[in-house]
Amino acid sequence: MNGPERFEPYDDEGVGGARGDDGTRGDGRGSGSGHDSGSGPGAVPPRIPPPRSSVEDTGQPLPDPPPPVPGTPATTSAPAPLVLEHRVLKSLLGAWALSACSAEEAEAVEVHLGTCGPCAEEALRLRDAVALLHPAEPLDLDPMLRTRVLEGCLDRRPPRIPVPDWVAPYDAETARLDALLQDIGDSEWHAPVRLRWFDRDGLVSRKTTVAGVLAHLMMVDGLVALALGLDELPPMVEASGHGGDVGKARPGPAERTEAYWRASHRPPTRAVRGPWRDQTHTLVRTVAFEAGSASEASASVDYGDFELPLRDSMLDRAFECWVHAGDIAEAVDYPYEPPAPRHLHHMFDLAARLLPTTLAARRRAGLASPPRRLVAAGTPGRSLRLEVEGAGGGEWLIALDSPGAVASAEYEVAHVALDGVEFSRLAAGHIAPDEVVAGLDGDREAIRDVLFATASLSRM
Amino acid sequence: MAKESPPRWDRRMQQRLARGEAAALGELYDRFASLVHGLAHRVLDDEEDADRITREVFAHVWENPDAFDPRQGPLRSWVATLTHRLAVQRLRQTEAAALARDGSGTTEDLERKVRRASAAARADYIVTNMPAPLRAALELAYFQRRDYRQAAADLGVTEDEARRRLRLGLQLLSTAHDNGTSGTPPGNGRAW
Repeated sequence: MNGPERFEPYDDEGVGGARGDDGTRGDGRGSGSGHDSGSGPGAVPPRIPPPRSSVEDTGQPLPDPPPPVPGTPATTSAPAPLVLEHRVLKSLLGAWALSACSAEEAEAVEVHLGTCGPCAEEALRLRDAVALLHPAEPLDLDPMLRTRVLEGCLDRRPPRIPVPDWVAPYDAETARLDALLQDIGDSEWHAPVRLRWFDRDGLVSRKTTVAGVLAHLMMVDGLVALALGLDELPPMVEASGHGGDVGKARPGPAERTEAYWRASHRPPTRAVRGPWRDQTHTLVRTVAFEAGSASEASASVDYGDFELPLRDSMLDRAFECWVHAGDIAEAVDYPYEPPAPRHLHHMFDLAARLLPTTLAARRRAGLASPPRRLVAAGTPGRSLRLEVEGAGGGEWLIALDSPGAVASAEYEVAHVALDGVEFSRLAAGHIAPDEVVAGLDGDREAIRDVLFATASLSRM
Repeated sequence: MAKESPPRWDRRMQQRLARGEAAALGELYDRFASLVHGLAHRVLDDEEDADRITREVFAHVWENPDAFDPRQGPLRSWVATLTHRLAVQRLRQTEAAALARDGSGTTEDLERKVRRASAAARADYIVTNMPAPLRAALELAYFQRRDYRQAAADLGVTEDEARRRLRLGLQLLSTAHDNGTSGTPPGNGRAW
């Protein structure tokens, strides 16, 4: 993610104490004519002991010893001391400090160090540097630290352009997913994932990979980018063979995802992370600038066969980000926690607000029982009390007869009580409505309709 | 992820922070939190202390975006230097308090500990930010115990070049020992 920013891709000069004593860079080994070839005849005992081995100290398994290097003298014959020119000896200092040269070379270096002050000094320095190497420790940042740090900052200096409350869940969920992605290895990006959702009257699924899921999130987030008048990242590839669907205004989440998958010659890789993350940052930033303006208030996001106001759409994207982050975490066997309770609450609230419309749509499609009575818009009608328990929970009254009716405790005909995680799994299409563990009381038909409507909030 | 060159990203980030854009603060965190927390943890060896330094570093940048001078080097180095300074300060405080409390150890022990922690944190930063070819050579030689000839073959470079990379990589790494224990930021924007 962060390339070298400070150092040029290795300059030839070296740094620190080892500069400038070797202007010439010969190609290949010289003929041994270096005039300061350090290994004197008397083979002074080395002042500097050989470097300690490295990996033993870390407790890692030792690899096999290196195969004999062709061209070096066999150990059986009397070891003829290797004579190397100064340039070569100096260039060996790094390999020597790392115990990464042949025994003969190491010996030649050590003999040389007894007579050459600058090289001895550098050798010490490099050997001390080896002690600073250690295996990278996997470091899991507490995902909640982000919120704490940012809130602390904003308390000390209030922002002029805040991130609105209704964007905070999306901001937090995308950051949590990104932190998870940072920790997973190359091969895990290709781990199989089954996307699951509820379609009309049953659970369906579609096979993809971790990278494929992220591409899916990116393509659906792209709908919000379009609504904000932003350039998409990447631009939507027109689906071929789309001619039959002329009546449809715009490709929805599934079409966009399928088109992306189809258009890639190879399965998506971890390379999708950058564009996905850039787009999430751009969305947060743009929405923060737009918040409260007239265009924000009227903006809506076109999902193909339905629309959501921008604010609800950002919540919807946060929810889907969490759900798919959970899919990814499961595929790579990582733990993944639910969102912060106040963010969860907003997500539950969105689901509860969407239920009457979804119920009406299912009714029109013949998938839900007909209304018991006609209710004039704005007047109270039969209602179901939805009680979501646990973190972020709350109570909502759902109007059953028509989206225009006012939900009313007076006309409560049923009560559904369930845990927040269970409700989320239902709304994500991860469990079937008739398998939900919930306390159910009252009108069976109303309960069934609401549970099925909750499941059909999900989509690919 | 880096469509923009680092200097340009740095300048834009600075402007956005100065303008008071909370979304920019979030992006700053996303880019540098693991660097900051990792360095602080290397110095302090304590999760809570590292969290605390992380809060202080981001608060400092958020409250003083103009303190960063893009001409002196990248934002990344500046943030790392700031983290290092605050973490070493904190380590010295807690160690001095412990010394005063139970009187075990000496001031020299304390300085030695601070120096060691400080160098270890610098070394981490240097390794993660050194040119990839140098890092790859060091990894082969140190962690996989390849000798330089095998490393040369693995990397597809000459043996001369492999030796050169190992030496240069260690030279860079050895600068972690420079700069003493002061924990003050190095002048003029050198890496450390």
